Amino acid sequence: MAAIEQIGRGSSASAGKAKPASEFWTVTRLRIAGAIALLAVWEIAGWSGLFFRGVLPSTVFIAQAMFQLLTSAEFYWHLAVTSFEVLVSFLIGCSLGTVVGLVLGSRKYTGDVFEPFIHYLAPTPKIVFLPILLVLFGVGVWSKVALGAISAFFPMALGVAAGVRQVSPVLLRVGKTFNLTTMQTVRMIYLPALVPPLATGLRIGLGISIVGCLLSEYKLAKAGLGFLAGQYYEAFSVANMLAVLVIIFILASLGNTLIEKYVRLPGPGDVQAHR
Amino acid sequence: MTAVNTATVVPPVRRRAAGKPLLPPLVARLLFLVFAIGFWEVASRYGWINAFTAPAPSAIWSGFIQIIVAGELGAAFVRTFLEALAASAIGAIGGIAIGWWLHSSKKIGLAYTSWVAAAASAPLVLLYPLFLVIFGRNSSTIVAMGALGCMPPIILKAKDGLDGVRPVLLNVGRAFSLTPRQQFTMIQFPAALPVIFTGIRIGLLFAIINVVGVEFLIAFGGLGELISDLGDRFDYPAMYAAIFFVVLVSIAFFYLTEKLEIWLLSSK
Repeated sequence: MAAIEQIGRGSSASAGKAKPASEFWTVTRLRIAGAIALLAVWEIAGWSGLFFRGVLPSTVFIAQAMFQLLTSAEFYWHLAVTSFEVLVSFLIGCSLGTVVGLVLGSRKYTGDVFEPFIHYLAPTPKIVFLPILLVLFGVGVWSKVALGAISAFFPMALGVAAGVRQVSPVLLRVGKTFNLTTMQTVRMIYLPALVPPLATGLRIGLGISIVGCLLSEYKLAKAGLGFLAGQYYEAFSVANMLAVLVIIFILASLGNTLIEKYVRLPGPGDVQAHR
Repeated sequence: MTAVNTATVVPPVRRRAAGKPLLPPLVARLLFLVFAIGFWEVASRYGWINAFTAPAPSAIWSGFIQIIVAGELGAAFVRTFLEALAASAIGAIGGIAIGWWLHSSKKIGLAYTSWVAAAASAPLVLLYPLFLVIFGRNSSTIVAMGALGCMPPIILKAKDGLDGVRPVLLNVGRAFSLTPRQQFTMIQFPAALPVIFTGIRIGLLFAIINVVGVEFLIAFGGLGELISDLGDRFDYPAMYAAIFFVVLVSIAFFYLTEKLEIWLLSSK
């Protein structure tokens, strides 16, 4: 996951370099053309008769369904349930991940012994743990919270552990000279230096806790956006189902953007300057 | 004087212990595993934890033997393996083709690479109900979801790899008047392969995660369905066994491809 994040960031960074005005307009025109082409493909495929009627509803119907959803009280109840699950699982997973990452990164032997467990468990499909979590926590929100938290834990722990190892030993020695306690060292040296891995971990963590919570809602739940999409699927109300999916994607990218914009704790530049 | 004082404050035995750990990390890791499994066994047998919801490791082992003997595990593994392979093949071919397209024109690359990067970090697996509606509840949906999951990293790495091919190699190709196809198959692709492999490796992992995940969610197919099915039958020891099997297969796959990637990158 971290590798993907780097791929994504690297590529978008190179794509976002300062460009001459004419190039900017060419790229913008290409993007608009691409978006129109994708919409046209969708509409033509829907009308072509290649698929069963109603399988690919027109974007007009999807927009209508979105409007209806956004003006219904029931939708906000499901949104509240999913938001609660995602936020709590995100907080639990990321907090645990940060603590474990700090321990693994700062203590070499502990890291050598235990980090391979996390490293190799991280890319396994977490959804398969859902039956165990359903047995342990029931079909309500807590099994979803548990799965979301497990999902968010791994990238956070690995990112923080790697980040801790990159903290300059000079800073740690300065801390020792000032007789800082462990908590002070974490707060005053590790955390400021860890802003980039924390921000990345939080972004990946949020993304996959959303996936964890929603997938478990799809499988077995009593409320939530995943449950709602599942219900629309079973009723073959495809426009409504797609409207829920579009809203989920918009909310997920909104959360991603918010973290990217606001996770700027004490200036990382200060720490970089000391390296 | 100072040396004598230090020696009295920090005994030599403790110093050696801090410098060199008692056990190598691998041994400590294995001991921890043995201890954890042993503790779980005892806790389950003595009723410290609920043996029905968290069966003892010995019961899980019996469940493992049971699903092997019944042939369920083998059949499910083969099915998942084939689905993941098909998804990865589609994802790799499509991904390399799109990566080449993004590489072929600077403007196209600038316009659409950030879209692919956004797709790489978007929760695409949540789209599976759409694919269910299009393809129905069968292997096509599972393969399509696997291919969709594995394509973005392959596209991005293929573009990165092709962008990074040294101009001198391309010039050699031109000097030999290679056709564009020869240039791609004989120079660009082999030179970009180590970087593309990194994308394929991440893509394969995503394909496996999506394939098993969708199998589990729609209760159809291989290992994912087996887990779902055993859970529905309340056969928890066998369900735990199937879950651990999926985890172990993922770990083995991740480990092997990691080693292969290191070897490829070192031989670049």
